Amino acid sequence: MRRLLFGFGLALALPAVAAEAPKRGGTLTYMIPADSPPSFDGHRETTYATVHATAPFYSVLIRINPDNPSSSDDFVCDLCTAMPKPTDEGKIWTFKIRDDAKWHDGSKLTADDVATSWAYIVHPPVGVLSAREGTYTMVDTVTAPDANTVVFKLKFATDAFLPALADAYSYIYKADILRKDPHWYEKNIMGSGPFKFTEYESGQAIRGVRNPDYYHKGLPYLDGFTAIFAPKESTRVDAIRADRAAIEFRGLPPSAVEQLKKADGDRIEVQTSDWNCADVLTLNHKRKPFDDVRVRRALALAIDQWHGAPALSKVANVRTVGGVVFPGSPLAPTNAELEKIAGFWPDIDKSRAEARRLLKEAGAENLSFELISRNTDQPFKYIANWVIDEWSKIGLKVSQKVVPTGPWMDAMRTGQYEAISEANCQSVVNPLLDVQKFLPGNVSAQNYNGYEDQIQVDLYNRMLREQDPAKQRALMREFDTYTLDTAAHTMVTLWWYRIIPYQSYVKGWKISPSQYINQDLATIWLDK
Amino acid sequence: MYQYIIKRVLLTIPTLFGAAALVFLLMRLIPGDICLVRLGGGGASFDPKALIACHAEIGVDRPMIVQFLDFIWGICRFDFGTSMWSGKPVSTEILARLPISLEIALLATSVAVSIAIPLGAISALKQNTWIDVFVRIFAIGGIATPSFWLGIVSVLLVLDITGWATGTPWMPPIDYVPIWKDPIRNLEMAILPAITVGYRYAAVSMRMTRSAMLEVMREDYIRTARAKGLINKIIINRHALKNALLPVVTLIGIEFAFLIGGLVVTEQVFNLNGVGRLFVQAVQNQDYTLTQALVMLTVAIFVFTNLVVDLLYGWLDPRIRFA
Repeated sequence: MRRLLFGFGLALALPAVAAEAPKRGGTLTYMIPADSPPSFDGHRETTYATVHATAPFYSVLIRINPDNPSSSDDFVCDLCTAMPKPTDEGKIWTFKIRDDAKWHDGSKLTADDVATSWAYIVHPPVGVLSAREGTYTMVDTVTAPDANTVVFKLKFATDAFLPALADAYSYIYKADILRKDPHWYEKNIMGSGPFKFTEYESGQAIRGVRNPDYYHKGLPYLDGFTAIFAPKESTRVDAIRADRAAIEFRGLPPSAVEQLKKADGDRIEVQTSDWNCADVLTLNHKRKPFDDVRVRRALALAIDQWHGAPALSKVANVRTVGGVVFPGSPLAPTNAELEKIAGFWPDIDKSRAEARRLLKEAGAENLSFELISRNTDQPFKYIANWVIDEWSKIGLKVSQKVVPTGPWMDAMRTGQYEAISEANCQSVVNPLLDVQKFLPGNVSAQNYNGYEDQIQVDLYNRMLREQDPAKQRALMREFDTYTLDTAAHTMVTLWWYRIIPYQSYVKGWKISPSQYINQDLATIWLDK
Repeated sequence: MYQYIIKRVLLTIPTLFGAAALVFLLMRLIPGDICLVRLGGGGASFDPKALIACHAEIGVDRPMIVQFLDFIWGICRFDFGTSMWSGKPVSTEILARLPISLEIALLATSVAVSIAIPLGAISALKQNTWIDVFVRIFAIGGIATPSFWLGIVSVLLVLDITGWATGTPWMPPIDYVPIWKDPIRNLEMAILPAITVGYRYAAVSMRMTRSAMLEVMREDYIRTARAKGLINKIIINRHALKNALLPVVTLIGIEFAFLIGGLVVTEQVFNLNGVGRLFVQAVQNQDYTLTQALVMLTVAIFVFTNLVVDLLYGWLDPRIRFA
């Protein structure tokens, strides 16, 4: 496994924290920018509201290094004792489990707990829901041969396994409880993490106190925390300003951060990072004329990403131009490579002239269609308005229909749309799995374009199993070009940008490219 | 009177059944379903098997008629089932939010009544004077100003003023504490939303009080009271105001019922975890059971409030009581 660390320009954005000695005590009040989650069970939920509310209570097997959360391959043990080297040509991973970890009820945590939790995630029993079951298709079995050992046996070796194992939702649950009632963790909390659960006020707040028996000695620094559900952006901005809450961990738009800095600049710190979330414009290949690659290519060529990005970044949570892979990842294209792909050409006049030619050739010069967008300001509506304007420059007439989440998802799944604005949001940067979104619908349930393409699938399967970094990168470049240009199956517009303003007394937290990871609060301390 | 009450209570049954059928059908006409919102609403990817398992778990894979009969049978037993979103009993979800909504509704009503009735009466008695003009402008301002805008502006004003005056910006707490646990913190949170909602509510009631008072003051019995030499205070308090309050009471009742579940935007602005916010969440999440229960609750509140208003009519107007 390569250990290429990349900072995404993060170093400049991070406040100076290295030299300060952590202080103990205090209660962190933070906001969760959502309504209360459907359940507390990380295995079954996908919303960040679950992970922001419950991650402090749980341990995981491995995780991204909390001191270096921007990395895509700096994995460290949480419950294991050392990061193992795989055997059997990368198909057997044996983890030794630490013997000083205790459940919050005082009982000892064993390898059986770890193996059972993972078995429920990878191969859930009938009637048990695991949202990420499909992520672990490479895993054959998870077993605990003794009280301190967990063995993952893979069907095939892949570099995608370790990042997938560091998934922030993969909480370790107590095996006895899971066996007795696999739904127990949906409504109850009992973990082995840095904080013990104290109280949940339905729809309003969740509270925890320091776990004195936490196995990472000296952690956590806080005495406790209160997390308040606050879905409205203006409330969150006002609350940070008035110090009713110190931080929210998802991200605020540039205008809100500007407002906070202007009002209370000296008390507000800001961390920023590229976000492992790409805006995607999906065209329905089953509707004419989007079944014609020339039309799809023309639509991509009409969008001026290089000039749109800096302008949009002033008002929306987007910033970076990129292909299907998270920008900054070793598998991502360089700008020079990207500029060769349709939709990323540096000369927009040439690009639009080609778009007009392709439309004329396809007999779709005066094309008009509807773009469905989600009723979420950041950044869906901004992106939709922008691309509609860009398309108008090659003579297209596109209207926007803004719908709530339910109908938006329904339109995609049932194919009742012409074009739709959506996103590909992932957790730990794991390009080999993250790009599954761009595979045909008969392979990837996340893809709603409505096409089948064996060439693309074969290319992906070779890439998934390739372990030579250079060859893997070459295959990913091929996959990127094929998906966005040759077949023009979809369009990736801009990558999201995470901006976290917070009270300057909050220390020890580092931003990551995903709102899902590094949320156990163990390293946070208050400089009060 | 008892017969009248019994008749009114019995009339609620078809009303509730109609509302139940309507909300059941309308919710299912919205494209999408709760499992899609739950698994993919956050933008994350999910396994398609999870969607099937989710449908089976919450019972939306059953025939619609079975779901409807189940719902109606539940209503008959006062059992609204469990929230499809949280898996908790619907009653638990609603009861957790009811205190804050009830408190805001009561406080806003108090604010409204204490402003509307005296000012409305004074405005009528001082018709076409500067006082009347001032009160009318105040009232029109209240009607024209949306509560949510007033809420946002009032929070910003409080932040700016306290920041300027003390150096530390202040705003109401964003988490609810019951009044019996911490009365000061509770009122800190409730007072601003109560004033912003109460202002609009007062404005409407004030105009109603004024017009009702003007009408009553021209009635024959007021002229008779004056002719027989009653002092003005008794004429106004005992004869005019009491009669003028009939339409005002109706309005206050309807507004109060509306406030219990209707503070949708205000609750969002002030981060109040009330019934209105729960309503929005339930509809957005396409949580059929919770939405159905909340609609039924709202219908029941309206029916009950109208019943109370009718009984108050009897107290205010003896002609109704003895009829």
